[in-house]
Formats: sequence, C-alpha cells, structure tokens
Amino acid sequence: MKFPAFEYAAPSTLAEAVSLLAAGRGTAKALAGGQSLLPAMAFRLAMPSMLVDLRKLKELQKITVSEDGARLGAGVRWRDIEDDARLRTAQPLLAAAIEHVAHYQIRNRGTVGGSLAHADPAAEMPGIAVTCDAEIRVLGPKGERIIAAGHFFTGALSTTLADDELIVEVSMPAWPAKRRWGFEELARRRGDFALAGIATFYDIDVGGCATNTHIGVIGACMCPHRVPQAEKALNGRVVDETTIQAAARALEEALEPPSDLHASAAYRRSLAGTLLERALQHAAK
Amino acid sequence: MRVQFELNGKPVEVDALPRTHLADCIRHQLMQTGTHVGCEHGVCGACTVIVDGAAVRSCLILAVQVEGSKVTTVEGLSRDDDLTPLQKAFRKHHALQCGFCTPGMITTAHALLTEEPDADRDRIREVLSGNICRCTGYVNIIEAVYEAREAYRSGVGK
Repeated sequence: MKFPAFEYAAPSTLAEAVSLLAAGRGTAKALAGGQSLLPAMAFRLAMPSMLVDLRKLKELQKITVSEDGARLGAGVRWRDIEDDARLRTAQPLLAAAIEHVAHYQIRNRGTVGGSLAHADPAAEMPGIAVTCDAEIRVLGPKGERIIAAGHFFTGALSTTLADDELIVEVSMPAWPAKRRWGFEELARRRGDFALAGIATFYDIDVGGCATNTHIGVIGACMCPHRVPQAEKALNGRVVDETTIQAAARALEEALEPPSDLHASAAYRRSLAGTLLERALQHAAK
Repeated sequence: MRVQFELNGKPVEVDALPRTHLADCIRHQLMQTGTHVGCEHGVCGACTVIVDGAAVRSCLILAVQVEGSKVTTVEGLSRDDDLTPLQKAFRKHHALQCGFCTPGMITTAHALLTEEPDADRDRIREVLSGNICRCTGYVNIIEAVYEAREAYRSGVGK
C-alpha cells in the first residue's frame, strides 16, 4: 500500500526537530525506524502532514551503561540492544524481552523511542519500561520533562507525550546482580503481536523471601501496567509452587483483557496467568 | 527530492517523492525489478533489501531515508558467469517453486550468513520467520541456507 502524501524533513539538531514538530500544530510526526508509523500510514490510520526524520540525530543512538542503570537513546534500534553484550547482565529482563520483538528485518530498523511513542498494547519495550520503573525523558518547545513510564501510557496507542514533544531517552534503573527475573509471551506466530506477555522480577531478602516484586503485563490489556495484586501475593513470601500459583490466580482476577478475533478475554486472562507461572518458575530456578 | 545512494555498487541519483518507499523507487525509477513487493506493510519479507549491511523491509523505508547509504538488492547478489553458492544451494534443495518470495529469502540469508556464517538451523529458522513462502513449506529453504554456510565461512559467499 502506498503512503499518503506528506512533507519531509531530516533536521540535524534536536532543537530543529522540536520546532518542526511544533510548527506542524499536531499534524507533524517524528519518524524514527518507521516500523510502526509507516504501516499505520499505509493503512491510513495515520496521515501526518509532515514527517520529521530523526535519522541524523546521532545523539539519540547511544546506549550508556553505568552504576546508575542503563540509558537508551530514543534512536537505539532493537538490533543495537541485541548486539550490546553489557545489557545482557546490566538489564537481563530487557535483553530477554527484546528477543521477542517482531522479525530480523524489523529489528534492524525499529527503535526504542518509536515503540514507546507508538504504545502498542502488545509491544515489549513499553511493558519493560513500566515493569522496571523506567523514566522517559522528552523534549518539547518549553524544554525537557521526565515522565515515569507508569504514567506515560494512557491506552492503546495513547500516551501523555504532546504532539510537539520528542522522546529523547529512556532510563532503566540499576539492576542488582542477584535479582531474579522472567519474561514470557505467547504470539500466534513467531514475531507476531503477543496475545499476552509477562515481565517480572523480584529481589530476595535476608530471610530468603521475595521483596520488591514487580509484575507487568502486555497484550492482555489496553496499555502495559503492573499488577499490584499479584505482586502482593509474593512479597514477603518464599517463591515456591504454592506462592507462584497464588500470584498467578491473583493476576488473573485483576486483569480486564480485551476480546478480539485473535483471542477472547477469558483466554487472555488464563494465558496471562500461565505465563506468569512460567516466568516465576524461570525466575526461581 | 533528489536522493543519492549506492545501488549494487553503483552510485545512483533519483528524484523521489517523500511518500515513495524504497521498493517502489528501486523497481519503478531504477528499473531493478528483482525486489518483489508482496504485502507492502512489513509482514511478508518479499521486499527485503540490504541497507548498509542490514537486511530491512524496503516497503517500510522511504527512498529519501537511504540518502548516502549502500543498498544491495537481489540483483547485486548474482554473478554473470555462474550461480552463487546460495543460488546453487537453493537450486539443489528445491528451495523455491513460484519464486515470488525468493529475492527476499536470498537477501535475508545473505545478510545473515555474512554476519553469522555459523548460524545453526534454529537461528536460520528464526531469522527467516520474517519471510513468508506460500509454496515450499520452508524446510528446503532452511536446508539450502544451512548448506550455503560453508561458502560464507571460507569467504566466497558472494
């Protein structure tokens, strides 16, 4: 399908990109990898008057790993994350989740910032950002602001990002080496949208119990979110088959998944519970 | 907009509308019709080309975005005198029937084996999962790519 007509600009500074977006008065869109925006345009789900291509902004393409955590520039591609050996230990949950993103060719183009801005309910990166309490740094005409990932996503394909704002970077908090984690998702075909997915981690306290449990869900919801009811079922308890089952049932009860032609709400709810069991079994190993 | 890039080793310059995707630019403006357009929304993989070493879907990249890049299509992965090792393997294993998906399979496999000549069958299967074939059932394609690894290991892939 052919794209609708639009104006095109490839600015060489962030400031220029922001002012081009602002000049579009809500009808200009930032173009990063284009792996979600261009199909949306092919289907006429999006018809921006202008695309502001971010390809020349090398400052958006950096991955920084330090004691404070990992910072991923908005222009970092899935491929860059896969190729960065540091992230496998610095952010293992992120690295595991990114393996599930689409296909080889898409992973060579798709970006962190694009996925966050697009906010597909089944997308891995938004789910990881929410689960890991990441912060999203955005730049607009009035300057920068930092948005907690938990407050960024408002619904399917909806975020609190303003039309004239650009995602600059996502900061993932530091990851203790002994943290336990698991990621599971199920799609009907390899690389396809997840019917449901679970990202989870917890730390172990001096008594051997789970603490700081984080459980995030994608696919079986309108936007990625944590599930405190299921987290509560694990905090302060030893993670074993009994507590895993309790957490999974609490998760199922808490979810309100959508129904569509790919899966019913009941199927998605049950699937999410099963995936949480598997993710926690992986974590507890 | 004027766009300059390198196509199969030769510099080219075209006047492309911003809305023109790379596949249409290559096929209609540069008359290289080896790149096939299947779904045109990033699902089928038939239009895969190699941009600066990376296999990408040419229906999901604008022609104006490849300014200054090196683009390789299936035409750039053949020789005049003989079949390439990948082509020979596809022929030997009957890895195609109608041939529509083949350019995307060849470009994807070439990008993969260039970077990962030791890719095992699982890795090949995983990478080719982004390319749809309606004829072969995939097994023969995977076998062909697996066999071509040897040539890439010894540096005579292309």
